[in-house]
Amino acid sequence: MLLKLAWRNIWRNKRRTIITIVSIAFAVILSSLMRSMQLGSYERMVDNSVRFLTGYLQIHKKGYWDEQVIDNAFTPPSNLQKKVEGIANVEAAVPRLESFALASYQTKTKGALVIGIDPQKEAALTNVEDKIVQGKPFEIDEKHVLIGTGLAEYLKLSVGDTIVLISQGYHGANAAGKYAVCGLVQFGLPQLTNQAVFMPLPSAQYFFGAEQLLTALAVVTEHPKHVSSIEASLLQEVDTTALEVMNWRIMMPELIQGIEVDNISGIIMLMLLYVVIGFGMFGTFLMMTTERLYEFGVLLSIGMRRYKLQLIVFAEIIMLAMIAVLVGFALSIPLISYFYHHPISLSDTYKEAFEKFGIEAVYVFSLEPIVFTSQAWVVFFMALVLGIYPLYKIWKLDPVNAMREGR
Amino acid sequence: METTVAKKIVIKTENIAKTYHESKIPVQALKDVDLEIEEGEFTAIVGPSGSGKTTLLNIIGGLDKPSKGKIIIGDTDISNLKESQLIDFRLHHIGFVFQQYNLIPVLTAKENVEFIMLLQKKSEKEMEERAMKLLKEVGLEDKAKVRPSELSGGQQQRVAVIRALASRPKFILADEPTANLDSASAGNLLDMMARMNREENMTFIFSTHDQRVIDKARRVVTLEDGMIKYDEVR
Ligand SMILES: Nc1ncnc2c1ncn2[C@@H]1O[C@H](COP(=O)(O)OP(=O)(O)OP(=O)(O)O)[C@@H](O)[C@H]1O
Ligand SMILES: [Mg+2]
Repeated sequence: MLLKLAWRNIWRNKRRTIITIVSIAFAVILSSLMRSMQLGSYERMVDNSVRFLTGYLQIHKKGYWDEQVIDNAFTPPSNLQKKVEGIANVEAAVPRLESFALASYQTKTKGALVIGIDPQKEAALTNVEDKIVQGKPFEIDEKHVLIGTGLAEYLKLSVGDTIVLISQGYHGANAAGKYAVCGLVQFGLPQLTNQAVFMPLPSAQYFFGAEQLLTALAVVTEHPKHVSSIEASLLQEVDTTALEVMNWRIMMPELIQGIEVDNISGIIMLMLLYVVIGFGMFGTFLMMTTERLYEFGVLLSIGMRRYKLQLIVFAEIIMLAMIAVLVGFALSIPLISYFYHHPISLSDTYKEAFEKFGIEAVYVFSLEPIVFTSQAWVVFFMALVLGIYPLYKIWKLDPVNAMREGR
Repeated sequence: METTVAKKIVIKTENIAKTYHESKIPVQALKDVDLEIEEGEFTAIVGPSGSGKTTLLNIIGGLDKPSKGKIIIGDTDISNLKESQLIDFRLHHIGFVFQQYNLIPVLTAKENVEFIMLLQKKSEKEMEERAMKLLKEVGLEDKAKVRPSELSGGQQQRVAVIRALASRPKFILADEPTANLDSASAGNLLDMMARMNREENMTFIFSTHDQRVIDKARRVVTLEDGMIKYDEVR
């Protein structure tokens, strides 16, 4: 009965109720969209630089991370790869040998990152094969390399041309070699596109004079939630006096920081949006209360307990918030899932500007449930807080005064 | 031998006074009012504006507390009740009809009539029967499913009276129930109240300014400056 009363009361002033619902729903849609875009871009950033580059976890020689030079390469214990891949939720252990080199073609020279990969294993990480935009798929061998499109552009070379790589090898050995470019690759991460030279692991080991050595063994897992358990297992498998296990949070502090800063600014924007909506909601609650003081007075006079009256008004507020949130969901879920499947790519003009700052020129969206649930909680929380006013008003209501003044 | 049957006293006020301190100058709305109301009375409280009619009815109805004095209803001294006890007391023993907007706008006429019984947790069947019977008696059975906004002022007040009546309180207080009605509707409402007074043996105490309404009362208590000036039984 109380619920029936509350329900009918909501629809007493249809126009106001609809305006309130629409404005809350609009806030839910806008903020889910903003949130989805932010979280989506973080997921993408993390994916680009972690999932597809360093891996969520890496094993390397102690000290390598602080001083990433070829001399800090290590000889992996023979069964290390097998053991790591035996840990639950580990998809692959991907060996890498990487270091810097100068890449030249005709008169141009540029710093490059030579990455020696195991093509089969690499499929689980960088998935280089999928990133080839020009040239034949994946034909690297001791004479052929893949290079990033940015690097190729700078050097003004195309598929089929030959580049010269010069570097310092393991323990000061000379490293130099001539390689034919068999394809160009492009990554979400501009640094990689502008620097990478991929060759098979044995070729890289030969080039750097670092037979059997690796700079890192990257550990691939599907989702970052597994990282801590895998890390614990790795620490047991690995000789920690010689090697170190690092997770992506430690390897990518700038990324994490960047995300945090951006996240805070995003949350502030959302808060501003909700403050505006909050005022609207409060206005509605205020009117819902003040225009009914006479009626409340009558109800108290004829013997309705205050708490029942409060329950009715509270139910009205909760129902109103619930309808608004549901309407918001009903509209935002299809909208966001559309964008999730069709990310917005920026036009070429913006693309350059974005990539200068190392940002991929694409807006991606997240469909994580938190995008939506957080909005629902915010609206409910606001309704609860703002709902204190009408409840307080009823608590203090004197029926005689209410009816004298309400006339 | 002649026997006089002592009538039951339902309301007894002893020396009640009420002073409002809301403005700088305190307003003495009631001064030493002694009043007894017996079961079955049909009594009008009259007097000029500001004479204290509403104040008196509010105090009798437990909506307001006197500054001094006692109000005994049946055998309960309601001046000693706490807020929540007073609300329950009103729910079970006192019927109210106000000047206007008595009804809950989102409930139908029948639901409004049932409302107090609902708060009293009466059974569905009892509520239904009682509400329909009363609606029929006042000629509103065809309006049972209609909301108050679709009823005329007179019809609304009739529904308000039978809502108060439905739960069988000790008495019904009506503060200027006809103030917003034209004289024909006012007459009708009063006739209906008089009929309920006889048929249901319901005690009515109502305030009014309207001479034609006053004429229908069997006892008229006249207030002036917060005191009872005349008290005549006809
Ligand atoms: N809550 C209040 N605060 C201050 N003064 C009040 C209050 N209620 C009533 N009064 C004053 O008490 C006096 C009696 O008022 P009351 O409403 O009882 O008169 P009334 O006879 O019902 O008048 P009317 O015929 O206009 O309804 C008036 O002077 C009024 O201004
Ligand atoms: Mg009055």
